[in-house]
Amino acid sequence: MTVDDTSDGRAPDPGEHPDAGGTTQQESPTPPFWRRAFDSLKVPVLAVFSALVVGALLIMFTDEDVLYAWARFFNDPLRALERSATTVWEAYSALLDGAVGSPAAISESLLRATPLILAGLAVAFAFKAALFNIGANGQMIMGAMFAAWAGFSLDIPGPLVILASLVVGTLAGAVWGGIAGVLKATTGAHEVITTIMLNFIAGFLLAYALTTDAFLPSGTGNPVSKPILDQARLPRFISGERVDLGIFLALGAVLLIWWVLERSTFGFQVKAVGLNPHAARYAGMKVATITALTMAIAGGLAGLGGATIPIGPTGTLTAGIIGFLGFDAIAVALLGKSNPFGVLAAGLLFGALNAGAVTMQAETQIPVDIVIVIQALIILFVAAPALVRAIYRVRTGDAESPLFTSSWGSG
Amino acid sequence: MKVELRGITKRFPGVTANEDVDLSVSSGEVLALLGENGAGKSTLMNVLYGLYHAEEGEILLDGEPVTFESPADALAAGIGMVHQHFMLVPVFTVNENLMLGNEVTRGPLGKLDFEASRERIVELSRRYNLAVDPDALVENLPVGVQQRAEILKALYRDADLLILDEPTAVLTPSEVTELEGIISALAEAGKAIILITHKLGEVMRVASRIAVLRRGRVVGETRPEDTDEQHLAEMMVGHAVKLVVDKTEAAPAEVVLSVDGLSVRDDRGFVAVDDLDFEVRSGEILAIAGVQGNGQTELVESLCGLRTPLTGVVTLDGADVTGAPPGDLFRLGLGHVPEDRQNDGLVGPFPVADNMVLNTFNWEGFASGPVRDRDAVHDNATRLSEEFDVRTPSVDTPAGTLSGGNQQKVIVAREFTHAQRLLIAAQPTRGLDVGSIQYIHARIVAIRDAGAAVLVVSAELDEVLALADRVAVMSEGRFVGMLEGDRIDRNTIGLLMAGHATEEAR
Repeated sequence: MTVDDTSDGRAPDPGEHPDAGGTTQQESPTPPFWRRAFDSLKVPVLAVFSALVVGALLIMFTDEDVLYAWARFFNDPLRALERSATTVWEAYSALLDGAVGSPAAISESLLRATPLILAGLAVAFAFKAALFNIGANGQMIMGAMFAAWAGFSLDIPGPLVILASLVVGTLAGAVWGGIAGVLKATTGAHEVITTIMLNFIAGFLLAYALTTDAFLPSGTGNPVSKPILDQARLPRFISGERVDLGIFLALGAVLLIWWVLERSTFGFQVKAVGLNPHAARYAGMKVATITALTMAIAGGLAGLGGATIPIGPTGTLTAGIIGFLGFDAIAVALLGKSNPFGVLAAGLLFGALNAGAVTMQAETQIPVDIVIVIQALIILFVAAPALVRAIYRVRTGDAESPLFTSSWGSG
Repeated sequence: MKVELRGITKRFPGVTANEDVDLSVSSGEVLALLGENGAGKSTLMNVLYGLYHAEEGEILLDGEPVTFESPADALAAGIGMVHQHFMLVPVFTVNENLMLGNEVTRGPLGKLDFEASRERIVELSRRYNLAVDPDALVENLPVGVQQRAEILKALYRDADLLILDEPTAVLTPSEVTELEGIISALAEAGKAIILITHKLGEVMRVASRIAVLRRGRVVGETRPEDTDEQHLAEMMVGHAVKLVVDKTEAAPAEVVLSVDGLSVRDDRGFVAVDDLDFEVRSGEILAIAGVQGNGQTELVESLCGLRTPLTGVVTLDGADVTGAPPGDLFRLGLGHVPEDRQNDGLVGPFPVADNMVLNTFNWEGFASGPVRDRDAVHDNATRLSEEFDVRTPSVDTPAGTLSGGNQQKVIVAREFTHAQRLLIAAQPTRGLDVGSIQYIHARIVAIRDAGAAVLVVSAELDEVLALADRVAVMSEGRFVGMLEGDRIDRNTIGLLMAGHATEEAR
């Protein structure tokens, strides 16, 4: 049932009730840039805050001292409160300290943010074309594997081998993403399914590679590759700190992807295909080609993210080198609302949380896992903006539609 | 039965949809509620039907104030509504649909009593002359019959007041005539009827009273015998309008589009366009009339590079463009106004400016190589918005938030600028208000006069008659008639559309 006699059955839009064809358009003018930026930041910021609050409760109630104090609440209520506050304060102080408290902490945070930003871009960029790239993990594995191989087997001068490493890593990721893209474009196979499958294939491919002579140092059975040659390691730029040039690659990728989306004809097509593939086709855009290319580019970004790890401080290739970074990347893209700069901010935040968690565990014995829970909570709150709005009673623009919902219907 | 609305005011955030509206309708009367899209007709009826609650004003039923909390209350009070988009379950029979929500049961287990309801349906369809087979599956019924089933559904629930929302929007000309007969019969049988429409012709034919709504207010009430279409149109729009497009005799020149033996399959693999031959010349408008679903969509898609033909050759200015991709065709001077503008014509969330270059974004002037020239796109949109009278707060406004008429103007502005040789416009004014229709028709004639060949596909007879220099009537994938000059008239086209062969129509 339509609200008004818009005979084409559009959703009710209060802006067009009176005299649609007439002289008085009631649509509010587009708000200024800062206003839109502020509005779009509300939910992510409040989500992070909410997650930290819930995280604080978890820290309190998993601490034995705190629980004991609460058990004796009626004897000494102040002590229960004081113990709770102290525990949370100590935990979060340690977290903050480990994240940004010293040059070394910042270095660690940036180092951990690098692959997250690149892989986050991989998810965000694909999502601009309404493609849900679950395969960042597999694409990162492929990137790490090939970059490492180049890094320990090509005995050529430093800058060249680094470049070669990054290029083959990116290409390997691009091929991995491209497979899903081509399958989608030619057969309609849903990218969610194919990328998940490709994650498994990549994981087992890496495990297999680490049993072959091409990857293993002779005479060992450990699944740890030959060490990356010294000249193939990404250069560090602060003496004594582990952070390397990878972070600048990530920054460059953010700018590049922003530019592609906002300034290039290709990005225009990517967004058109993502928002309305029918109209894109009618306008003469080659939807299948754009779908395949977008997935390949996304895969390349993730591949680059994966490549920076073995040739960074890690220095070798192991079976668990990527872990679940590719899934954290989905969270980063979600928190960053698929905006390249949002991904940058979210990637830095997640990198800092990961780095800080280690310090927190070392100093307060609160397990690293609490940070994983906090990250999960952030995503929960971001994915349910209605919840955040209800808790804080804020109004945000209509652009606050749940980020990933449209993808599932687009298959 | 007499229903009165007194001082109804309905507000939405930021907007007043109805303001101080007084209306009344009694048994035996057909009240036509006339107004442009967005004038507030449907909002008002949704208030009466219990879907909305008015901020001010009251509803009186036979003099007694009533409040409807929901459509159920309205139904119980004898008010039924036939929506523009039918509310029937396609895989149910007519009988099952009518029973839905109003089940008749028998025995302790509550077995559905289809016999009783069928009898009732047969009795009702006989009394009101609404021929519907109660055991037919709704999905197998033509649209006109589905609509009769909807009307029957309201009658089945003992409605004394029937609200019909744009009932003729989906019907063929002959079905419209039938429906007009049904409406009159219902009124004679003592039902009160409110007919929501923006079509002037049907108002003049069936209404006993006419209320004109403009910007949420009743701007006039009259009777058909006291007015004419011209006057009604002016009341509706609020200023003088020309109902007939100013159009000089066509001066057809060289052949631009030539189609030879074209056959096209639809999505299900059936032949939808069957061995068509025709030409469109520079400086003429060929209108393809026909009930929707007779292959027009597939024909247009194959001409615009969106569907590969099965057989046949299409040439544009002598060059073979059979199966050429849309991008190439646009560069050869094709403009295409798609049938489904929301889905196929616009990227709703994109700003107006980007939508105005949706298929020319990579042309010289809007991009240099892979880099878009955003200033040029912006300037282009500012200029086109002015030239094509697109009412938008700014060219950065998302196109999807504009009214239907303005959305169509965005598409028209875009396509007409590169339709140097051929314009293909499918249902170019469907669902638009009088003002926008008038404007777009004038533009189509202007582009013809500028030397383009124009192919208009329309299910609206009025549109075909207003624009066409030649009319091809399409039925089941073929042209069943090609009319020119004096032979273009409403009756002939109507008969051909309904499937009568050319001979008979003559």
